[in-house]
Order: sequence, then C-alpha cells, then structure tokens
Amino acid sequence: MSTDQNQTVSTEAATDPVNHEPETNDSPPSKSSGWAVFLFFMIGFVGSILSGWILFPELLYSKKDQPIDFNHAVHLDVVSDDCESCHYFRDDGSFAGMPDLSSCIDCHEEAQTDDPEEIKFVDEYVTPDIEVPWLNHSKQPDCVFFSHSAHVIGADMSCESCHGDIGTSEHTRVYEENRLTGYSRDIWGYSISRLGKPEAGEPKPMKMNDCAKCHKEETGHKGACFQCHK
Amino acid sequence: MKDKNAKRYGMVIDLDKCTGCGSCMVGCYSENNVPFKADETNKLDSINWIRVYKITNNKTYPNTEVCYLPMPCMQCDGAHEGHSPCVSVCPAVATDYDYDTGIVSQIYTRCFGCRYCMAACPYHARKFNWWDPVWPADMEKYLSPNVSPRMRGVVEKCSFCFHRYQLARDKAYLEKREELEENEYQTACAEACPTGAITFGDLNNKHHAVYKLKNSPRAFRLLERLNTNPKVYYLTSKSWVRKAGDNYLAHEEPTKIKNNIKEHH
Repeated sequence: MSTDQNQTVSTEAATDPVNHEPETNDSPPSKSSGWAVFLFFMIGFVGSILSGWILFPELLYSKKDQPIDFNHAVHLDVVSDDCESCHYFRDDGSFAGMPDLSSCIDCHEEAQTDDPEEIKFVDEYVTPDIEVPWLNHSKQPDCVFFSHSAHVIGADMSCESCHGDIGTSEHTRVYEENRLTGYSRDIWGYSISRLGKPEAGEPKPMKMNDCAKCHKEETGHKGACFQCHK
Repeated sequence: MKDKNAKRYGMVIDLDKCTGCGSCMVGCYSENNVPFKADETNKLDSINWIRVYKITNNKTYPNTEVCYLPMPCMQCDGAHEGHSPCVSVCPAVATDYDYDTGIVSQIYTRCFGCRYCMAACPYHARKFNWWDPVWPADMEKYLSPNVSPRMRGVVEKCSFCFHRYQLARDKAYLEKREELEENEYQTACAEACPTGAITFGDLNNKHHAVYKLKNSPRAFRLLERLNTNPKVYYLTSKSWVRKAGDNYLAHEEPTKIKNNIKEHH
C-alpha cells in the first residue's frame, strides 16, 4: 500500500518541470572563494591557537598576591644556615616547610625598618599572634607523599634544583591557582603546552611525570607507586 | 628493579596467643582513616584492612574449640615475586608490587573501581567503597594526614602501614643511615595487640623476630597451595586450625603434605 503511494509521488515529481526550477537558480562560484575559504580557515585556526595558549591560561588561573611581599634576598644575607635557617628539618626527619610565627618573632617582635610590608607584618600578624596564611606554590595533592629528607639529604639535591632561584628574589611572585583543580600553577608548570624546559633559576614543574622522569634518570626506574603516593 | 638490599616485610600472627579482642582492628581503623557507617550490622558491607575471623572445630560441647584469625592483606609475592593475584589483573595499574619492600600498593586516585582485584584476591583482603566516607561529628579533625582518605567507587586494602615506613625512612635519611631498626617500622595492629600475637619485620633479616618465627614448626600460611606465596604467617599448635588454613581433603594431613612451594628470599 505505502509502496504504491511512494511510486505515485515520485512519478509525479519527475514529470513536474516546476520541481527542477530551484537548481537552475544557483549562482556560479566566484573566482575569489578559494582564498576567502582559506582566509577564514586561517583566522579561525590562528584564533583557536591564540585562545588556547593565551586566553585559556588567563581564564584558567586566578591570581592572588601573598599576604606579605616577602623579601628572600634580605633574609638570606643575615641568616647563617642558608635556606635551612627557616625551612628546616625537624628531629624526626620531617620537613617544616613554611616557617611559622615563632620562627619570625625572634627578630620581628617589633618592626626593624620603615618598610611598609614589615610594619604590616608586625601589626597584622605578629602583634595579634596570627599565623600568616602564606600561599604555597609547591603544594601537592593530598594523595602525594614527598620526602624532603630523601631528596635534600639522601640524594644531596639543592633547593634550587626544584624550587628555582627563590632565595635571591626580592618580591614574592603572584600565586596562580587553577580554578578547576585548586592547585598552584607551579605544579603544571608555566608552559601550558608543557613543551621546552624552564630556564635556569625558574621552578621546575611538579607533576607526576616530572617526578617519574627524574627518578628514571637518577635511579634507573620510576619507582613503585607507594614511593610517592599515600 | 630489585636490589640486593631489598626488604621483604612480613608478619607472623600467633593464633595461640590471639584472644580475638579486636584491638588490631581498632588500631588499624584509627591509623589508616578506615571509614565506617552508623550501622555496621551487615558485615558484607564493612570495610576493614585487618579483620578478625572466628573459626571453630565444629564439635559439640564439651569438645568445642574456638580460634580467632586476624587477616590483613597477605602481601602475596605470587608464583614469582611481583606476580600477586591482584597486581596481575589490575587494568589501571592502580596496584603494584614494591620490590624494595615487598609491599603491594593501592593507589586510590588511580583506581576506577572495576573490582577485578577483589575477585582475584583469595583472602577477601580488598574492600570496595560503596559510599563516600562520613565521619561522625568533628571526627574529621582526628584523621591522619599521612594516609589519604578514600572516595566512593574505589578499592582499598591493608598497606602494612606503609606511611610509617616512609616516616621512619625520613628519620633515617636525616641521621644518614641506610637501614631501619626493627622497632622503627611496626604496623599499627602489631603495636596495638595486647598479647603480642602479631610480630612484624623483615622476613629476610636474620636479626628480626619474624625471621625465626616463620621457620617454626607451628608456622603455616593460608591457602598455601594456591602458590600466592603470602608474607603473613600464622602459628598454631592445633591441627584443626592448621587444617582450616587450606582446602584439605578429609584424609589429608597438612603437616605431612610436602607443599612444593618455594619461598622467595
């Protein structure tokens, strides 16, 4: 039944000259259309690359300043034990990381200079006894175990080999936080494509692959999962 | 990957000393952030890294005897070292064998919850998180930062308190030592046991207590004939307990069977 109807319809269409009319209305292709297509393709192509490499990182990372503009260079000049003067190992082998107020208070009970940042530090944190909420550029996810003593003491690595030349910096860097993961941009590394190597003095990227690569080079194998995971 | 200083951490549990008090389980729960529910009556749902089973000799009074059997992860070597049943089936490499310590890992962020490892494990050592953990009141503040809590949809298991090994190693590095002392790395269950039934140490190290205990005539391992080569040994003086440790036929006598199973050293 339905086949019969379809046949009838198609025969009617074939015999009806009006139905062919729209095809003849097509305009002939213009001579410049090849270039136009190429131009629009390139605009789109370059645009997508630029948005991926420039706009996307701008959108992906929020920028925060440290609570105090800390001057590492000034401190490194007056302390006796280099980085370990403030970033020390505890007796049980764990690493203290960012110093707490009790480490600062010996010198900074009162402001020693006219530096507005130091005055701010004393007024807002030391006097009311509030810990400074430093933003940690190297903070790893909760599932990661990292042993500073294995690297700094066991493997005799310098702080700079991962953290860059932070000891001579006079100002804190802007802390960039990944809006999706909540981790610091230092973990992924500053190159969004992760191509190329960071320049001397810059912090190294700290993703799992970066750890595994170095472990492979230095120890011959990447290591078991539990070596760095918990 | 294996170097000559490799350890082979293992456990010897003296079933003659175990009273079934459950201290090892409590110690493990608090050490490893093991989640629990308000209602734990359905034991099939329970998550525990060490679990005390109760077995009996199936005889009527007055001949009834009871034995309590604490079971952590057996950290199997497998037929050859590194071929643990769970490790060989995991499609995500979420569990691997650490040749330096002989400990089988479980990486929760890597696991996607297919539960092949649970099917492969002959000891029910692995548990699945059907729900996100919910900690009562402000108990979250008491969680250990050394063990990452697990999320819904992943498998977890005993790690022989690997974080304690890591922390002990940290101290050793600071003191420029290569080797750990026996008492520097002990599992939470071994420390919690009030009768001293659980002994923990390096099975390869002559100076560790486990080295001698594992060679005791009372020693046996669970499902030994499967060739899983577990690193958890049990001690018992009772033949029915030993017989419960594997699927023996009625006429078979465990102590008389030559198992033909080699142990890795």
